[in-house]
Amino acid sequence: MNRPVKQHFKRPEHIDDYPLGPQYEAGHLAETNAGWRTYRPVVDHDTCINCLRCYLVCPDGTIFKDNGQIGIDYDYCKGCGVCAHECPKDAIEMVKEEL
Amino acid sequence: MKTNKLFISGDEAVAHGVRLSRPHVIAAYPITPQTITVERLSEMVEQGELESTYMHVESEHSAISATMGASSVGARTFTASSSQGLLYMVEGLHYASGGRYPIVMMNANRSVALPWSIYGDQRDSLSQLDSGWIQVYVEDAQEALDMIIQAYKIAEHAKVLTPMMVNLDGFILTHTYEMVEIPEQEQVDQFLPAFETPNKMCFEQPKNMAFSSQPDDNTEFKYQQHVAVMDAIEVAETTDREFGEHFGRTYGGMTEEYRCEDADAVLVTLGSITGTVRVVVDQLREKGLKVGLLKIRYMRPFPEKQVIDLSQRIKAIGVIDKDISFGYEGTIFTNVNSALAKTEHSLFKKNFVGGLGGRDITKAEIEKMFTDLLEGITGKQQETVEFFNLKVATNG
Repeated sequence: MNRPVKQHFKRPEHIDDYPLGPQYEAGHLAETNAGWRTYRPVVDHDTCINCLRCYLVCPDGTIFKDNGQIGIDYDYCKGCGVCAHECPKDAIEMVKEEL
Repeated sequence: MKTNKLFISGDEAVAHGVRLSRPHVIAAYPITPQTITVERLSEMVEQGELESTYMHVESEHSAISATMGASSVGARTFTASSSQGLLYMVEGLHYASGGRYPIVMMNANRSVALPWSIYGDQRDSLSQLDSGWIQVYVEDAQEALDMIIQAYKIAEHAKVLTPMMVNLDGFILTHTYEMVEIPEQEQVDQFLPAFETPNKMCFEQPKNMAFSSQPDDNTEFKYQQHVAVMDAIEVAETTDREFGEHFGRTYGGMTEEYRCEDADAVLVTLGSITGTVRVVVDQLREKGLKVGLLKIRYMRPFPEKQVIDLSQRIKAIGVIDKDISFGYEGTIFTNVNSALAKTEHSLFKKNFVGGLGGRDITKAEIEKMFTDLLEGITGKQQETVEFFNLKVATNG
């Protein structure tokens, strides 16, 4: 599956490098966004039945299909816990991040 | 060239200018004294004279939001308002200019509550000079029609891409009638190209639009806007010249001087009062007085060059302000004065504040203004800011 790739953003050096007004090409990710997270979801793949409910309910689209299993993009997961809450098999545990 | 003249009001002249400019989307909310413009436009759409999507919106805030939405997909748009309505859409004005959407809006200059007034003065638009919009003020219905067409060409220019407001004095110009030449559609089509912009959403080049900024970037976007409005000076002057070549009517660009060649005292005007002052200038010239008129057309960008240039040749300048920035001066005077401050030449200056809330400015009052200016040259002490048509005695 295509995951968005973080691209290096070269800061403008000249005013002409700025776009015309506050607009830019879509789908340009310049930063990761995992800093909000206090708990991270951890999947027990033996318990997981691959029903894909977590994939459907993830508000940020950071859970993805990964060759017959589910994958979590920890660069962008904010740790909201909806996936763990919705999993019918309790296969996802919210684990406190180490500081 | 076939001429086609109609006896119409200022409001209706604007409607014809809009029809000829072929906007894709019109979204407007009616407010006195702009109502005739938006009503005529809705009739034109209904009767098939104008192919446009006419959106009935529930407020002026929605009107500017809808026009911006349409503009963001590359549509040519039009809206109109006045007074309370203009102020209701103010956050949208900043959105539109910051977002670089070349919307054209007609504003009927009307006083702002409180006290409530439906009558004309210029406080509404002059209070929005900082909103980032180009602002032009027209003298008569012909200029109103012509400037709508010019406005699209200026606003949509690649170096500008900034929304533009065409101002008409409420009632005095919106509701009075004159013979107006209506250009042919083909003539306008040849003059005004289709709207092209890099700043639009499309499937081929998906965009993230109208986003937020950090302290790291906000200033640069504001600088861009500032440069674009300053670049509009040249675009406005060129467009006016080209309009003259194409339609046979031209307005002098940023300003127009009337009988200033050997003038001692000049009055600066904005909007329809210009017409009355022309008459008084002629009358006083008959009596041998060396007086003239500077008609300011654009308030943003500001014709600093023209004001400085004229000031070198005269001895007294008076600014008629149908506006007052409470606690200081009329806004037109503040802008003119800032230009004058950049020259070494000293001249007598006076701000005539009046005509507020629809009060007439009479020829006798204008004559008195010229008298005051001429007396000022010879050293008579006067207040710099004078409410010239108060009807009561004051304590000051």
